[in-house]
Amino acid sequence: MPFKIIKREITIEKQIDDFLDKTSESGLLYKHGVDAYLQGKIEIFKSKHAAIVELEHKADSLRRTVEEQLYSQTLIPESRGDVLELLENIDQLLDRFKGALWRLDIECPVIPSAFHTDFMELVSYVLEAVEAIIRSSRAFFKNINEVADHLHKVSFWETECDKVTTRLQKVIFRTEDLTLSQKMHIRDFVRHMDKIADVAEDVADRLAIYVIKRSL
Amino acid sequence: MFAFFLLSGMFLGWSLGANDASNVFGTAVGSRMILFRTAALCCGVFVILGAVISGAGTSQTLGKLGTVNAIAGAFTVALAAALSVYLMTLARMPVSTSQAIVGAIIGWNLFSGSPTDMRVLFKIVITWGVCPVISGIIAIILYKMAAALIKFGRVHMFRLDALTRYGLLLAGTFGSYCLGANNIANVMGVFLPVSPFTDIRIFDMISFSAAQQLFLIGGVSIAVGVFTYSKRVMMTVGEGITELSPVAALVVVWAHSLVLFLFSSQALESFLSSHGLPTIPLVPVSSSQAIVGAVIGIGLLRGGKSIRWRTVVGISCGWVAAPVIAALISFIALFFIQNVFQQETYLSARSLNTTKKVSIEIKEDRRESSAFLHAGNNRFNSD
Repeated sequence: MPFKIIKREITIEKQIDDFLDKTSESGLLYKHGVDAYLQGKIEIFKSKHAAIVELEHKADSLRRTVEEQLYSQTLIPESRGDVLELLENIDQLLDRFKGALWRLDIECPVIPSAFHTDFMELVSYVLEAVEAIIRSSRAFFKNINEVADHLHKVSFWETECDKVTTRLQKVIFRTEDLTLSQKMHIRDFVRHMDKIADVAEDVADRLAIYVIKRSL
Repeated sequence: MFAFFLLSGMFLGWSLGANDASNVFGTAVGSRMILFRTAALCCGVFVILGAVISGAGTSQTLGKLGTVNAIAGAFTVALAAALSVYLMTLARMPVSTSQAIVGAIIGWNLFSGSPTDMRVLFKIVITWGVCPVISGIIAIILYKMAAALIKFGRVHMFRLDALTRYGLLLAGTFGSYCLGANNIANVMGVFLPVSPFTDIRIFDMISFSAAQQLFLIGGVSIAVGVFTYSKRVMMTVGEGITELSPVAALVVVWAHSLVLFLFSSQALESFLSSHGLPTIPLVPVSSSQAIVGAVIGIGLLRGGKSIRWRTVVGISCGWVAAPVIAALISFIALFFIQNVFQQETYLSARSLNTTKKVSIEIKEDRRESSAFLHAGNNRFNSD
């Protein structure tokens, strides 16, 4: 019986780690996907898109397994609500990465090369914010005292994202050789990317509360 | 007849099992970290073991407070304690079996005109005051140690959960043993002077004293209380202490168990006295007091803001009220049993002398008849 419990706990630890790995990987796929789209490498973009869809599907099933185990085996009764919420919030980030590539695939926006650098800068800052929240989440499970070391970085990268978004929107709307509809179309994509960093910051705020609740 | 009179003690044991098991396993079962079935099994078995193996120490102290020398008196004293526990529980007042039985014995002393050993009473009352304080100090030390271990050990949330489960099971088992050892005196202590049991030796190897036989019955009645009625109380306690994290709850249960161990271990007492150290009195203490003391200790460590002092004062008032109410019920019940049911609730000095005379005469009669039989046998053999 004792070994069974320890084995069960180790299994769920691995599953959560795996879920966080998949979220991190989906961020990298998103970055490569956007880069390929901007460079016009449609085949590579399609492969990244297909990979992120599959990854999201696997992550979803992993999350459901973890959540089911948390409740059916009455694990961490005092924190399971928080853990459940955290996993679902992180899953939202994964969904947004997938959604961004879907939008590019469906809407095929024409993005002038003048915006490419700023676009990639925004993508990398979004990725930094998401990586910081993943590191914070890992610390939440493994060493709660380290959470604060990563959590403040989420806010930093979110602010950086806001700066780039504002700058990019200004440039977009000051460009004369684009129609208003094109400008608004590109603006929507910028906002969609920035929204991922906003969600990451919301997750960080919730995580800060879970840490206070769990501090012995 | 003794079996009938023992029923009140068994009722007291049942209510102790139903109420105090929640102090040991309440948090674990209430938070669903341990199944009730597992908790009840561990608690039942170890309460009986604790009562039979280590229950003698506290019984001696209780016996010094007042020796209830008539079976109907012992019945009434135990019944009065059980009734006061029941009534105070109904009134939602915190109650301790230890305090109830001490109050009931004092009620018997007052009724029978027997003197109450004030030195022993003072020792018991001081212990009740000291018990929550010691429990609080132990809880603070254990809490600090646990926090340091978790911080430096970098234990994963899920592994900590598994370790806490084992810790709660271990603490609960140890606590059950100590509960049996410390509180069996409350249940069966008053029946010791009037017990008809004699020592039994099994294969000339295992000795089973009269007191242990009585404690076994008391232990079983506590275990029955655990199995039949403690689940509801455990769930209430578990939900009531949800503000404590599982690690803090584990610390509270360990502190409670250690306090009960300190006040019931004869081995520890002899160890301390053999090394010339001051000994800890073997007194039945309240497991609820130990739990409350530990919870307040952890609350103080967190800055004391979360402690509801009004509730603490209410609980303390309950601790003062319990022995007073039990003494009152005991006095009235003894009067009732003596005058309505015509039962002898105490043996006066005169009846004690008569009893002594009768027993001496019986012994002499036995001696004469055995001498007669011996002579008869000799004659038969010679014929």
